[in-house]
Amino acid sequence: MKTRNRDALFLLPRAGEGGPAKRGRMRARPLASPEGPSSDPAAPGHLLPFGEKGRALVFGFALLLASPAHAFLAYVTNEKGNSVTVIDTDKMTAVKTVKVGRRPRGVEISKDGAELYVCAGDDDTIQVIDTKTLQVTGNLPSGPDPELMILSPDGKTVYVSNENDNLVTLIDTQSKRRIGDVPVGVEPEGMAVSPDGRIIVNTSETTNMAHLIDTQTKAIIANVLVDARPRFAAFKPDASELWVSSEIGGTVSVIDPASHKVTEKIRFEIPGLSKEAIQPIGISFSGDGKRAYVALGPANRVAVIDTATKKIEKYLLVGQRVWHLAFTPDEKYLLTANGVSNDVSVIDVASLKVLKSIPVGAFPWGIAVAPK
Amino acid sequence: MTARMTKRCAIGALIAALSLPPASADSLRVKFGVLRQTHSSETLSILDLPAEDDTLAGALVGAEDDNTTGRFTGQSFAAADAKLAPGEDAVAAATRLVDEGASLLIVDLPAEELLRVSDALKPRGALLFNVSAPDDSLREESCRANVIHVAPTRSMLADGLAQYLVWKQWRRWLLIKGSHPADERLAAAYRASAKKFGARIVDERVYVDTEGGRRSDSGSVQTQRLIPPLTQNAPAYDVLIAADESEVFGEYLPYRSFDPRPVAGSGGLRPASWDAAHEQWGATQLQNRFFRQFRRGMNARDHQAWIAARMIGEATTRIGSAEPTALRGFLTGPEFSIAAFKGVRLSVRPWNQQLRQPILLTDGRMTVSVSPQEGFLHQTTELDTLGVDKPETKCRLQ
Repeated sequence: MKTRNRDALFLLPRAGEGGPAKRGRMRARPLASPEGPSSDPAAPGHLLPFGEKGRALVFGFALLLASPAHAFLAYVTNEKGNSVTVIDTDKMTAVKTVKVGRRPRGVEISKDGAELYVCAGDDDTIQVIDTKTLQVTGNLPSGPDPELMILSPDGKTVYVSNENDNLVTLIDTQSKRRIGDVPVGVEPEGMAVSPDGRIIVNTSETTNMAHLIDTQTKAIIANVLVDARPRFAAFKPDASELWVSSEIGGTVSVIDPASHKVTEKIRFEIPGLSKEAIQPIGISFSGDGKRAYVALGPANRVAVIDTATKKIEKYLLVGQRVWHLAFTPDEKYLLTANGVSNDVSVIDVASLKVLKSIPVGAFPWGIAVAPK
Repeated sequence: MTARMTKRCAIGALIAALSLPPASADSLRVKFGVLRQTHSSETLSILDLPAEDDTLAGALVGAEDDNTTGRFTGQSFAAADAKLAPGEDAVAAATRLVDEGASLLIVDLPAEELLRVSDALKPRGALLFNVSAPDDSLREESCRANVIHVAPTRSMLADGLAQYLVWKQWRRWLLIKGSHPADERLAAAYRASAKKFGARIVDERVYVDTEGGRRSDSGSVQTQRLIPPLTQNAPAYDVLIAADESEVFGEYLPYRSFDPRPVAGSGGLRPASWDAAHEQWGATQLQNRFFRQFRRGMNARDHQAWIAARMIGEATTRIGSAEPTALRGFLTGPEFSIAAFKGVRLSVRPWNQQLRQPILLTDGRMTVSVSPQEGFLHQTTELDTLGVDKPETKCRLQ
């Protein structure tokens, strides 16, 4: 019930039937095309100005009263803004900006939601931020230029790729101490952990490999060659597949974690866009593993993929140079960090529609959502 | 004598002494040569003086990157350097490299020398990677099947700049060219670009090289009096284009022209395959690796040599062989692409074996823009809006 109400709230003013303000309808058209004049028209909801929300609120006032608060907080790292923007997913607006270290990119939240970890690459450290006070309370000892990290399923260990020294660093989140390093390929980036926590995966951008590492022995058990510049890795929730995106190769490799073989390559084709413009980066699976969402960078789209058939169901037009994605915990919304348009697109997962965009800081890159 | 003049050093494979998975039994050792000329130190800016390890340094970083991958695949890569002293015979040096087991050669030579080496090595089955000669003729009427061109052509560089100037609506160009044959070839590339993209050369002038050095203690005093008359009485124009491959005057033009106009080409805004100031698309990583090792910025030749070494490594990893014919087949095939910190994948034009690549526009401090520019479309890839395209090619590979 709540779901319907909230959808209505966003969708009504866009649809333009009746509604309280004519001005609102006019402004609901895209204010600027995200790709310049040659692009196809933006999804109507994209770049919806904030004022729109206010009008929607007036129109759906009764609905809002009926809807209990169930908000989440999203944390967006702004690579050039040296800040983290906090978004209230109920208000769908930025509520706070936190100054952090230089070049913040990877971001994770502790399993209890109490701490936020932010890779501050140019400060060669991971900052720990108290999610209540939003104060930086300490650091995790990464190697030089940490870029992406992943938490073990039990939340006790954080695995970090250090872009500048070809190492994956293991850090204990309790003692905040470094407990090991694993040498990997050139420019390590993407990090994934198997649902049982036994295997971590690192992708190295210039070596073009996914390195599978046993978390017990801290030794590499397999190196899987993928296409050029692999940037992100993710296990399907049932652990049956490992997906690796190749930004420059333009593909997503599907790897069998048991045999360490690439079983399939997902390719993308978007009419009117050259293949060079399609650069897969972030990958998010739905909780049931039936769908995958892949951010396509400067193609300004998120591909929606049926994981059973590997067919692309839809391309959703979002902001410019989309990097990473995060679901709200109820999986109603998927949020995307759009590096060049300095905003976050809100995708309604049920309708596969882009509802609106939320302005954030300069060059948003990473995104994580925690319960309030 | 020749042996003494040629600086030779074999750089061993860099095997990291780290706890690594054991290399597979069928490990492959690949040795490639770096055959390079001594570049002129007659550069207009002291900042552009060629380093002793010019070109080679890029190849070494490439080999090191290849070896990091090779640790996991049981392959190792090593570069053998052959730097030619002025007047030393390139064919003899190249033959020696092949004799020593390097049948893949990264070559930094002028066009005519490259052609001689290519023809001499044809019976030896060697594969050459051209990392410096920009001549279109090498990819057109004089193209050779055993040469892959990593360096962009003059026409690619000129087209890259032209697209940006047209995007800026700076369509009226005053062209000043130097008096050497290479300068005329560059001027011809700018004329062709103007025609291709709808710009107009309103007037053309020649800066005659009166010989002499580039360094002096009171250079600016003369230069600021010399350039205004050269650029005076020109028809209305938007931008001053310098075609000065010989480094005689290009960098003298900015701020000194009679009319206050921006300068582009061989001075001011320069089209280049790489610049030490470039840091987009993860380039910072490569610049850091390079600087840490060689304590200087990475120039375009270094970067092209790095790409060539990476192409060798990438192809060897993918096909499990470094045999030149197999390597060439893979590199010019549809499956090959390589990342080079320029935002998009690079691949090879199969009809003339030229590496497709974006062209950076740089003022030496910043990457101002990167071509191809938005709106210049192509049915295959926008990268093919730069340089001579397939329908116009005169190349018949053999």
